[in-house]
Amino acid sequence: MESFDIHRGLVAPMDRANVDTDQIIPKQFLKSIRRTGFGDNLFDAWRYLDEGDIGKTQNERQFNPDFVLNAARYQGASVLLARDNFGCGSSREHAVWALMEYGFRCVIAPSFADIFFTNSANNGLLLIVLDPGAVDALFERVASPGFELTVDLPSQRVTADDGTSWLFDIDAERKQRLLSGLDDIGLTLACAPAIREFEAQHRRRAPWVFQP
Amino acid sequence: MGGRTLYDKIWESHLVGERADGMSLMYVDRHLLHEVTSPQAFEGLRLAGRAPWRVDANLATPDHNVPTVRDERVAGVDGIADEVARIQVQTLDANCRDFGIEEFGINDVRQGIVHVIGPEQGATLPGMTIVCGDSHTSTHGAFAALAQGIGTSEVEHVLATQCLAQRKSGNMRIVIDGALRPGVHAKDLILAVIRRIGTAGATGHVIEFTGPAVAELSMEGRMTVCNMAIEAGGRAGLVAVDDTTLDYVAGRPLSPSGDDWTAAAANWETLRSDPDAVFDREVRIDAATLSPQVSWGTSPELVVDIDEGVPDPGALDDPIKAEVASRALRYMGLEPGTPMTQIALDKVFIGSCTNARIEDLRIAAGIAEGRKVRVPQAMVVPGSGLVKRQAEEEGLDQVFIDAGFEWREPGCSMCLAMNADRLYPGERCASTSNRNFEGRQGHGGRTHLVSPATAAASAVAGYLADPREIAA
Ligand code: SF4
Repeated sequence: MESFDIHRGLVAPMDRANVDTDQIIPKQFLKSIRRTGFGDNLFDAWRYLDEGDIGKTQNERQFNPDFVLNAARYQGASVLLARDNFGCGSSREHAVWALMEYGFRCVIAPSFADIFFTNSANNGLLLIVLDPGAVDALFERVASPGFELTVDLPSQRVTADDGTSWLFDIDAERKQRLLSGLDDIGLTLACAPAIREFEAQHRRRAPWVFQP
Repeated sequence: MGGRTLYDKIWESHLVGERADGMSLMYVDRHLLHEVTSPQAFEGLRLAGRAPWRVDANLATPDHNVPTVRDERVAGVDGIADEVARIQVQTLDANCRDFGIEEFGINDVRQGIVHVIGPEQGATLPGMTIVCGDSHTSTHGAFAALAQGIGTSEVEHVLATQCLAQRKSGNMRIVIDGALRPGVHAKDLILAVIRRIGTAGATGHVIEFTGPAVAELSMEGRMTVCNMAIEAGGRAGLVAVDDTTLDYVAGRPLSPSGDDWTAAAANWETLRSDPDAVFDREVRIDAATLSPQVSWGTSPELVVDIDEGVPDPGALDDPIKAEVASRALRYMGLEPGTPMTQIALDKVFIGSCTNARIEDLRIAAGIAEGRKVRVPQAMVVPGSGLVKRQAEEEGLDQVFIDAGFEWREPGCSMCLAMNADRLYPGERCASTSNRNFEGRQGHGGRTHLVSPATAAASAVAGYLADPREIAA
């Protein structure tokens, strides 16, 4: 997993509530058996005018000039500013892979959907929850060209170049994992004896669970 | 100490302990797998040289990508025309073979949508913790099982450790008082709930559905309700165990029998919230006030009664909501004020893990019987091979075929249109599935979420239709 410490980057706005994972990465790309290759298809149905499919390269596509991420000023953005309930819908982790491969390291919104939240943590995509007022203020600022933010995970602070900053909350556990980039499975397997012991008791209590 | 909720009880009985970083480890009893969200997880296991922790906890089937047209289907995996889809299904077969995981292959009669086959096989039992790399795993909560959708990293984690690392969610109770009126079904009930609380209404919470109207529901109906707990933002949905649950579970291939059954049933009787349990949130709805529901927008909360009209965004106070509504109407090609029942359809889809069980097909067939489809295309896609067989034994297939519906092979089909079953740009569909997001059923397609009764009524009307006016 990629670790996260301090990141400074250009901010791009996605001014819609309830952006679902079907929009972040449409279903036809889910046929891939790989973990990579999704970046060019991030927000595919919004980003391009033609219908995308697996194997179609970007050169063959028609960009939608009205889609915000296609604007010249947002090229290279690595911080996404979003609205409520971002990442709702399907559990597809491909949504997180697509966002990260595109170049996003961090998404800021008033709220996120639960499964997307966990998937992001498992890949090192930092999700920052700020109150709606702070998010509104950021949407106002992102209107000025070249708006960048510094995201400081250790001190849990987002700072604009004029010095204005916003503090954010994050679970101590998630923070630690993001900072260290530690292998989640390795962490759990360190508890293998406890899992085995629990399993043995559970088998006695509820043997029907273990029918082959 | 106050009483415990059903969620508290299942959580506590599966809590292994805390990991070094403070995350709780929850033991997973059952892990269901399908072709779309598992390949990268198996690849991860291989790269790390890890083996599945408990092979017999896993059960796999291909469902999202499988063709539902008979001619393509009979040729099996190698007959899947779409090469990328074929590789994905072959990859699942190969992974299951390599790791020794039981799989119901593409033409096994037990194959089907993963959330239909779990309960059907007794792989879903009360009190279990169940996970699957699919958000609609919430369906299994109908059996008082704590069932959660997970991402692919978690699929790999569960394969390797038999645990999920998580934090406990909040407790939310949705009480449904009263009784549903004729023509109003479980699907209408859950759409009404989402309409009320919104798609983020239960974020961070496990929802327990309770009350007289829920007690009256069949297991199929309860599955429909829990299925869409995720559309309300919930981490999972739950319904307490009662006789309806036990009757359904008894005698399934993987259900306990004999003395084991007696012990299990006694244990399952405790799977309900204590009378003094405390919930963080509570919502009450009166079932008797509900009409058939239909979605008009591109989110499952954008719903009206079938006898209402398309809402006017201009009438909304909240500017963000008004903007969402206007955008949805543009996408859906609808004008405010148009009566829903004057909206003409191109397609009707009866299927998906929300509404493709035998009871759903019986309800739809009851309306289709003796009538003719008046939309260009209507299809019925059973949830599993066993549902299909049962329906054929009851003659429902013939009812549908005589009415002009296509009778398909089981799979996810046009619920998400990964295979050839899809909407084309601008096409409008009444669908018994669970998501009406932009492009969900095909690029540029327009989805109206409805119950099987409303879908069948709409198919024979050619327009969105009120099943209460058709059924006679
Ligand atoms: S039927 Fe639809 S919602 Fe259900 S598992 Fe398949 S794709 Fe997902």
